[in-house]
Amino acid sequence: MKKLNLTKTSRNNFLTYGFVILFYIVLQSIAAGGHMSSMLKGQLVPICAYVVMAISLNLTVGVLGELSLGHAGFMSVGAFMGTTTAIALKSVVASPTLRLICALIVGAIFAGIVGFLVGIPVLRLNGDYLAIVTLAFGEIIKSIFNNLYLGLDSHGFHMSLLDNKLHMEPEGKLIIGGPMGIGGIQKIANFTVGFGLIMVCLIVIFNLVNSRAGRAIMAIRDNRIAAESVGIPITKYKMMAFVTSAAMAGAAGALFALNFSTFVANKFDFNTSILVLVFVVLGGLGNMLGSIVAAAALTILPEALRQFASYRMLVYAIVLILVMLIRNNPTIRSFFDRFRLSKKGGAEE
Amino acid sequence: MKKALSLMLALVMVLALVACGGGNSSTDNGSSTPAPAETSTPAPAEAPAGVQVFKLGGTGPLTGGAAIYGQACANAAQIAVDEINAAGGNVQFELNYQDDAHDAEKAVNAYNTLKDWGMQVSLGSVTSTPCVATSAETFSDRIFALTPSASSTAVIADKDNQFQMCFTDPNQGSASAQYIADKNLATKVAVIWKNDDVYSKGVYDTFMAAAPGLGLEVVSDTTFQDGNDTNFSVQIADAQSNGAELVFLPMYYTPASLIFAQAKAAGYAPIWFGVDGMDGILTLEGFDTSLAEGVMLLTPFNADSDDARTQAFVKKYQEKFGDVPNQFAADAYDCVYAYAQALEASGATADMSAEQICDLMIQQFTTMTFDGLTGDGMTWDASGEVTKSPKGMIIENGAYVGLD
Repeated sequence: MKKLNLTKTSRNNFLTYGFVILFYIVLQSIAAGGHMSSMLKGQLVPICAYVVMAISLNLTVGVLGELSLGHAGFMSVGAFMGTTTAIALKSVVASPTLRLICALIVGAIFAGIVGFLVGIPVLRLNGDYLAIVTLAFGEIIKSIFNNLYLGLDSHGFHMSLLDNKLHMEPEGKLIIGGPMGIGGIQKIANFTVGFGLIMVCLIVIFNLVNSRAGRAIMAIRDNRIAAESVGIPITKYKMMAFVTSAAMAGAAGALFALNFSTFVANKFDFNTSILVLVFVVLGGLGNMLGSIVAAAALTILPEALRQFASYRMLVYAIVLILVMLIRNNPTIRSFFDRFRLSKKGGAEE
Repeated sequence: MKKALSLMLALVMVLALVACGGGNSSTDNGSSTPAPAETSTPAPAEAPAGVQVFKLGGTGPLTGGAAIYGQACANAAQIAVDEINAAGGNVQFELNYQDDAHDAEKAVNAYNTLKDWGMQVSLGSVTSTPCVATSAETFSDRIFALTPSASSTAVIADKDNQFQMCFTDPNQGSASAQYIADKNLATKVAVIWKNDDVYSKGVYDTFMAAAPGLGLEVVSDTTFQDGNDTNFSVQIADAQSNGAELVFLPMYYTPASLIFAQAKAAGYAPIWFGVDGMDGILTLEGFDTSLAEGVMLLTPFNADSDDARTQAFVKKYQEKFGDVPNQFAADAYDCVYAYAQALEASGATADMSAEQICDLMIQQFTTMTFDGLTGDGMTWDASGEVTKSPKGMIIENGAYVGLD
């Protein structure tokens, strides 16, 4: 009886939560039993970061209906700002987990601010302009961080562009070193916080989508003119979705960066943006669970294929094409639909 | 529909997990029975008692833009391992090179794969940025690493078990300035460098620091970036109009090849001077080698040397892989031989853990002297930096010729 009170969307949402929690428990217990390979263990945090990237981009592409090709730019902002925070707080906050959470929050805030600034001119436009401007934005961010020098000494932060002219005290520490990126990072990211971040992002997205604002956002996606005619402020709701999406990407960037001892701005280039877009398209536009599974599977896949040695990337490409084909095959789809219907029928009886 | 999709993807993921799991369980078997090398490792057949087979791993860009370096290292290391195993000494190797596509994230993944495989000693990573990432891992896992060619100082900084076979970037920059000044090649110098690349930046910084003291005047200083590296007309025009007699190119060979072609089209013919990243330009596919005629570069290895070992190595490399080995190949070859010497001298055995071997190796490398293709009497200090002398080379008739 209780089941009937749940709508289809909330059932889907709980399925997604359940799936993520189940995977977390399964992976944690495998790790605790010591049966996990180093390869998989090393991948856990990047997977979490990519999953968050995928669901945040899905908010822009699937729910808002705007194409963003510079999502890695927000990841980059979050990564640099989050890591800087983690390094700066090293002597103040003792607990690494607390420092990590601070870094995630700062990364999210900065990426959100940048998303807001990018959104002011762009979200007033129609059509494909957002895609083009975000593409340019991603490149601009890359160039800025490739030329940014940031140091910390007892007088606080020192910053210079293009050249290392920081004039720090001798004991000052160079944090961002231009093309060298950030080095010597203490690896404080862990799987549990990554899992927590995924859950927080899912809760935020699902609640946003199911709210009044979410319905307005989807109305804009489906028919902009109709939405405008009933008095929905287009720019405001577009901005809401876009900034939320950017902030999540920033948190993902901070999580990703703090899992490696070094990273450079070139890591977050156009290819990374497209990779995340592939996760979203493969998982299905607007389908969060699909994005999560696609992001996890496609992150593990190239590593799992190492046994093919030189043919690795070839096999990866073939698998990708096959999955896309199968996903769109009507016969297989209807097979699974039937499977689902019969199961549902059984459950309701 | 959504469910069908998620099921499908879940299937793929399960498959992927099974694949990892499979790989894992087989390596587990390998490492849980480490003792008798004769039975567990197929590489050297019918190994007699006393033979120790060590698992040697490394990551490098076997695909992607920097693939020429990774492949050179992997190929040369394979030659060295084959030679050592065929010679039948007490120390033998099983080699595993994994692709990292010149990316720090993938390098860490590749390193973890090697760790699952049971790697005991490491060749680090071939290129700098990935190696900075993997060196942090090898440092915390206490696996000894000797990188053939990752020249950034960040690779060895504050890590007692990370060693380099190549010069550090700063070393190359100041040595180049010194060389140009000593040989009176030029006084007016232009520099074109890539300002979003660790390697280029490292060499540039020390070159610029050393140049004024040596009477070199830098008249033109221009940059380019990733994705903006196909048109160099502005940089070339700047060097030309400022009357630079020599252009210093601290970069990899791909952009350099374009600079040569575009300078020729602009009618500008200065002395070109590169560092070890220039090595490999002659084997670049579709490159007109006449453009590189007269290019000078500073590298510790000379494939035309009349040294018997070098000649034997070059011959073998050509037979097997069809091109002349570059300095990266020679460095990787030397790495394997340096390991062989150090493992032999330390008395390490194959059933030791990576950590035990690591301690022995640190002790050996800081005390031993090694003669290889890239220099005689190489020594390492505790920081992991190598001491050897660079050689000036010039490209003549489509081949590298020693300058001295």
